[in-house]
Amino acid sequence: MMKSKPLPADPMIRQLIRQAQNAQMGRRTLLAGAGAGATALALAACSSGTAAKPTAAADTSANDKTIRWDNWALYIDVDDAGNYPTVDAFKAQTGLSVKYTEAVDDNNSYYGKVKDQLALGQDIGADAVCLTDWMVSRMIRFGYTQKLDHANIPNLANLLPSLQDVDFDPGRAMSVPWQGGFAGLAWNKEKYPQGLTSVEDLWVPELKGRVGVLSEMRDTMGLIMLDQGVDISGKWGEKEFTAAIDEFKKQVSDGQIRNIKGNSYKEDLANEDTLAAIVWSGDIVQLNAENGDKWGFVVPEKGGTLWNDNFVVPIGSPGKKNVEELINYYYDPAVAAEVAAYVNYITPVVGAKEAMMAIDPTLAEDPLIFPDDATLAKAHVFRGLDGTEEQTFNAQFQAILLGAA
Amino acid sequence: MAFAAFSSTTAPSTDPVARRRSPVALFLLLPGILYLVLFFLTPLVSLLLTSFQAPREFGDIGQYDYAFRWQNYVEVVTTYWPHIVRSFSYALAATFFALLISYPLAYFIGVKARKWPLLQSLMLVLVIAPFFISFLLRTLAWKQLFADESFVVQSLKALSLLGPEAHVTGTAFSVIFGLTYNFIPFMTLPLYTTLERLDVRYLEAGSDLYASPFQVFQKVTIPLSMPGIVAGTLLTFIPAAGDYINAGRDFLGGTGTQMMGNVIEANFLVLQNYPSAAALSIILMTVILVIVSIYVKRSGTEELL
Repeated sequence: MMKSKPLPADPMIRQLIRQAQNAQMGRRTLLAGAGAGATALALAACSSGTAAKPTAAADTSANDKTIRWDNWALYIDVDDAGNYPTVDAFKAQTGLSVKYTEAVDDNNSYYGKVKDQLALGQDIGADAVCLTDWMVSRMIRFGYTQKLDHANIPNLANLLPSLQDVDFDPGRAMSVPWQGGFAGLAWNKEKYPQGLTSVEDLWVPELKGRVGVLSEMRDTMGLIMLDQGVDISGKWGEKEFTAAIDEFKKQVSDGQIRNIKGNSYKEDLANEDTLAAIVWSGDIVQLNAENGDKWGFVVPEKGGTLWNDNFVVPIGSPGKKNVEELINYYYDPAVAAEVAAYVNYITPVVGAKEAMMAIDPTLAEDPLIFPDDATLAKAHVFRGLDGTEEQTFNAQFQAILLGAA
Repeated sequence: MAFAAFSSTTAPSTDPVARRRSPVALFLLLPGILYLVLFFLTPLVSLLLTSFQAPREFGDIGQYDYAFRWQNYVEVVTTYWPHIVRSFSYALAATFFALLISYPLAYFIGVKARKWPLLQSLMLVLVIAPFFISFLLRTLAWKQLFADESFVVQSLKALSLLGPEAHVTGTAFSVIFGLTYNFIPFMTLPLYTTLERLDVRYLEAGSDLYASPFQVFQKVTIPLSMPGIVAGTLLTFIPAAGDYINAGRDFLGGTGTQMMGNVIEANFLVLQNYPSAAALSIILMTVILVIVSIYVKRSGTEELL
C-alpha cells in the first residue's frame, strides 16, 4: 500500500545475511535435506531475537517530501469528496505531502502487525502513528520510538499543561498527544430515564443483563477502581487492582454485565441490547448526532478516565523531521479547532476553544469537546504499568472476558 | 462412478502410469511443494518451537526465549479445558444441525429437481448467494436480528417462549446458530455433488425388492451419498471448531461462550502470550487430526483423502 522507498541498504537483507553467516550449521543441515526446520528457525529468530534496543534510522526528511501517517478511522477532518482539508492546507503551506492511512483499528492488532519490524529497527511503512497512552508507554519502554526535537515544534508550547509531563514519557520527549477523550457512563434516555451518576448505579437490578463495559482494561478497571476510592494516577498496587477485579468478576458472573466490547459497543447501544454502559465520550457525541440525542453521558462523581492517542515516530522511520513539522502544524490552535469540529474528541491544544468560537460556537460550548474545569477535575489518567504489572493485570482481566476466571 | 469410489471390493488402482517415477511429474510438483514448505511447513515448525518457549527472566510483556518448556501445554489445558470442550461440542452440534438442514435440501436439488434444470440451477445459486456478502456482515446482521428489542426476540417473549429477562445474543444458542448458518453452504455443496450423481435405478431396485422407503433410504441412499456426507461434515466441523468470529464477543457470543479461537486470539494479540497461543493451536490441530482420522477410518472413505 505504501510507496516503496529506495533504501540504501535494506536492513532486512542485512539481517538475513548476518544470520546466514552465523548459521553455518543451519545451512549445512538445510543442504542435508532438513530444510524446513532451519528456515523456520531462521525466520523465527528474525522475529523475536535480541533483547538489544533498535537504533533510529537515518533521517532523510530533506530529500523525501512525503509523510506516511497511520491513524484511527474518523479521526481527522474529511470533506464530502473524501479529502482531508487540514492535510491539504499543510501541503500548500510546507510543500510536504501526507499519505494519510486509516490503518489503526485496534492498538493490539496494529502492534501485532509491526512489532517484529520495530524490534529490528526496520521501517514499518509509517513515519507517524497515533496510538493510545499505554501502547505508547510500552513502545517507549522497548525503545521503538524516536526522540523528538522540540526545537522543531515551537507550537508545542500550546500543549495543555496537564499533559506536558506524563509518567510514561517525562517531558514528552517521544510522544505528543493527538486527541483524547474520557471514559464515563452513558445511558439510554428513553429506556432508562432515571440516568446514572456513579459506577455503582450500573449494578441495580433493573439493569441486569443490559449493562455494557469496555474491553479496554484501563477504562473499565479505572472506573471501577475510582468508584472504590482509588486514585488511579497515584501509587496503587496489586491489592487495589484485585479488589476491583473481584467486583468486576462478580458483576459478569451474576449476569449484570452482559457485553464487554471494544469499538463495537456502539452497535449494542444503538440496538438497545445495552441500556447503560461505560463508554468513550466522543462516540456518544457522534451517536447522538446520528440518532437524535438519545443518550446521556456523565463523568461519574468519583471520577472517570482520561486517555490520549499520541503521535510517535517509529524507530525505523527516516522522516522524523517532517513529522515534527506536521505536529507543529496541528498544534496551531486554528488548525486544532478545525480538526476538533469534525472528530468531537478532546483537543490537547490550548487556544483551540477560542479558535472554535469562530467556526461553530455551539461546539465550543460542548463540555465533551472542550471540557470545563469541573469535568477535567474529575478525569484521571490511569498510571503507567511496568512490564510485570501489564502482564498480570491483563491476564486477570482477559480471564474474565474469556469466562476462564 | 460414485459407487466404485467407496466400494471395498474394488481392486486398488494398478495403472502403470501412476506408478512410474517421472522427472517431469516431480518438476511439475515443485511449485506446490515449495509453496507447502514455505507457507505450511515453515510456519508449523515455527509454531511448534514457539509453543515451547519460556518467558524471559525479568522480561517485559511479549518477551519469550526458545526453550523446552512443555509445561506450557499443561498450563493451557488446565486453564482453558472448558473452552476446548466447548469448541468441539459447539462444532459437533453445528455440524449435526447443518447436516440435518442440508441433506433434504441437497436431495431436493440433486434428485427431485432433476426434471427442472432451471429450478435446479436457481436453487444452487440461492445456496451459494450468501457468499456474495461478507461473512462478517452476515454474522453482524444476525446479531441485529437477535437483539433484545428486535422483532424476533420481542415476539418470542410475547409468546412466553422466552422469559422476560432472557436474551438471545451472547448465548450458546446464538453461537451454534451462527456456526450452523455460516457453514450450511459448505455442507450442502458436497452433498449435492454426490446426490446429483445418485442413480435412481438403485432406489427403484430397492423398492422392487420390497424395501420400505425408509429402508431404501437407509440401505441405499445414505451409503451412496457417504462421500458427500463425509466431505460436508469435514468441511463444516474443522473450520467450526477453530472459528472465533461467531463466538466472538463482538458478534454472537458472550463471556460464557468463548471458544478456542477466541482464547488463541486473546493470548496472541492482547496478552502477547505467544507460547500459550501456539500450544493451544497445536492442541487444536492435533485433536482435529485425531478426530478426523478416526471418523474417516470408521466411515470407510479413506479414498477421499
